[in-house]
Amino acid sequence: MNSEHKKILIRLAAGLCFLLAALLLPAEELFGEKYASFAELGLYLISYLIVGGDVLLRAIRNILHGQLFDENFLMSVATIGAFFLAEYTEAVAVMLFYQVGELFQSIAVSRSRSSIAELMDIRPDYANVEREGALSRVEPDDVKVGEIIVIKPGERVPLDGEIVEGESRLDTAALTGESLPRDAGVGDVIVSGAVNLSGVLRVCVTKLYGESTVSRILELVENAGDKKARAENFITRFARYYTPAVCGLALLLAVIPPLVFSLDWGAWVRRGLIFLVVSCPCALVISVPMSFFGGIGGASRRGILVKGSSFLEVLSKTDTVVFDKTGTLTSGSFTVVAVHPQSVSEEQLLEYAAYAESFSDHPIARSILSAHGKEIDRSRISRAGETRGHGVFAVVDGRTVVAGNAALMEGNGVGYHECHIAGTTVHIAIDGNYEGHVIISDMLKDDASRAVSELKALGVSTTAMLTGDMEQVAASVAKELSIDTYSSELLPEQKVEALERLLMGKRPKTSLAFVGDGINDAPVLARADVGIAMGALGSDAAIEAADIVLMNDRPSDIAVAVRIARKTMGIVRQNIWFALGVKVGVLVLAAAGIANMWMAVFADVGVAVLAILNAMRCLRLSE
Amino acid sequence: MKKTFKIKNLGCANCAAKMERRIKKLDGVDSASVSFMTSRLTIEADDERIEEIARKADSICRGIEPGCAVEL
Repeated sequence: MNSEHKKILIRLAAGLCFLLAALLLPAEELFGEKYASFAELGLYLISYLIVGGDVLLRAIRNILHGQLFDENFLMSVATIGAFFLAEYTEAVAVMLFYQVGELFQSIAVSRSRSSIAELMDIRPDYANVEREGALSRVEPDDVKVGEIIVIKPGERVPLDGEIVEGESRLDTAALTGESLPRDAGVGDVIVSGAVNLSGVLRVCVTKLYGESTVSRILELVENAGDKKARAENFITRFARYYTPAVCGLALLLAVIPPLVFSLDWGAWVRRGLIFLVVSCPCALVISVPMSFFGGIGGASRRGILVKGSSFLEVLSKTDTVVFDKTGTLTSGSFTVVAVHPQSVSEEQLLEYAAYAESFSDHPIARSILSAHGKEIDRSRISRAGETRGHGVFAVVDGRTVVAGNAALMEGNGVGYHECHIAGTTVHIAIDGNYEGHVIISDMLKDDASRAVSELKALGVSTTAMLTGDMEQVAASVAKELSIDTYSSELLPEQKVEALERLLMGKRPKTSLAFVGDGINDAPVLARADVGIAMGALGSDAAIEAADIVLMNDRPSDIAVAVRIARKTMGIVRQNIWFALGVKVGVLVLAAAGIANMWMAVFADVGVAVLAILNAMRCLRLSE
Repeated sequence: MKKTFKIKNLGCANCAAKMERRIKKLDGVDSASVSFMTSRLTIEADDERIEEIARKADSICRGIEPGCAVEL
């Protein structure tokens, strides 16, 4: 509760005192029979003005601004009407109840705003920068690329950079939702927003504050309100017609029965006034954006950034999930999984392969070199070269080593044979004789299989994989993860075509999500109903291209995101139906003469408060 | 160009919807969005006109909810 709220509370308490005075004071004894009713009315009016004076003022002001049918106006008309019907207690009490409800609502809104803001409290306050041999504390905005900053234990990393000195553990929970701290040492790239836990780090800044990870994430979350969900637009449009319509009904209800059927004016005007109170739109309008915001906040706590409520809506209807392979389902780092020599030993074959590949910086070459694991003695190599796209050759110890794919073997007239293991095969020939092959494969991520099975468990009917990799590799990955369909050996533009086909094949009113690592998938990410980029920590391209960004490298977070989206949509629907249901119910009861104004006020502010409390559930997701 | 402004004292969700509707109709605005939860106004319009539009948006917001103001 802030000071503004406290002031309102004090005012309402004062109003309540006057109301109680009017109710309980023995007016006849104090003022005499003649003036008793005037005194009572006076007390009621004082109480009414203390409690609802601001509502009256705002109503008048808004009418002057051409704003008809706003809440202040409706409440004013309803309560003044009650005064004219000589129902003083009800008039004051309803205004009081309305104001208490508004106060609750305002407190709930500011609470949830700040609790979500707390979740995203990753903004660094300062940076310790080394300038002219001394350490000075400056705004992160003032630090230039290439300067050295010092981060002490307990401090937040202010800018993206590379560690030049020191070792520590970093807590990235605020960025990724990952509670396990990461080890970081010299040469490691660290991202802003993480908290330094143990050691002092000297870091060379690589990005300006405005371009650093923390700024980008904050920008993304703060702009999340832009892309509004259909449910959100529906409810504001609905409110636009709902209020005038109910007001019209109120007028008809107050006038027609007494005029046409000569019924009691008082009773029917009263029913009309109740309609006016129920016609306030706020409970409906507030609950929907609140639920979505809760969902987006809850997701960001788990390291899932959603760029707008519309994407939660689309994600909740996901029935087809299409994966990229490399970097998404697999770790993207190649390792040697098998060495099959013809006549030499495994170690020797690997050594020849490593020497041949030692001048290449291709991922395949690097994986062979790391499998070999020993220093390369460059003096043993007299000549080396590369056949682009096919492989390499080198003269090692005077022997010509050729290492590469099947086409390279054929080109050199070497007889080779394929391997039964799926993966990238590097054939090796020495002096024109086939000496065997090395199989290199990309490792599946630990949770890749869980990601697929959890999505299936959530009712996703189709999983698919699109990859530029070879047929054999794609088939074995798809089989191991039990992915329904896959397309292999795709060029980037063919990926879009393959996705188009999947889009045509999906069931109506469901959506298709594409998950990629965001580096070369931008067109596909954009074409899918919802594009999800993985492992975005430090990758700007991914943050730009996708609708939903997973800060972690975990494919199983996709299922978490879908669950959050579904839960949020469930709460949105509950809130819409609950608010509408109560309002319609009270309208029907009021028309029948059963409802009173108390119920009408509950249908407005009471429902709003309950809907807000329900919306806050979006923040939490049970395991 | 897209520009985001903070709205002070935005307390009513229906008012936010009304503001959005009115600001969208302003001359020169390509798109506009008022987010109730983040209390933010995003306007997409021509570079030269954005300041002028923001001032108009400010008076719209003040008119709809008393005490409300766009931080220029």
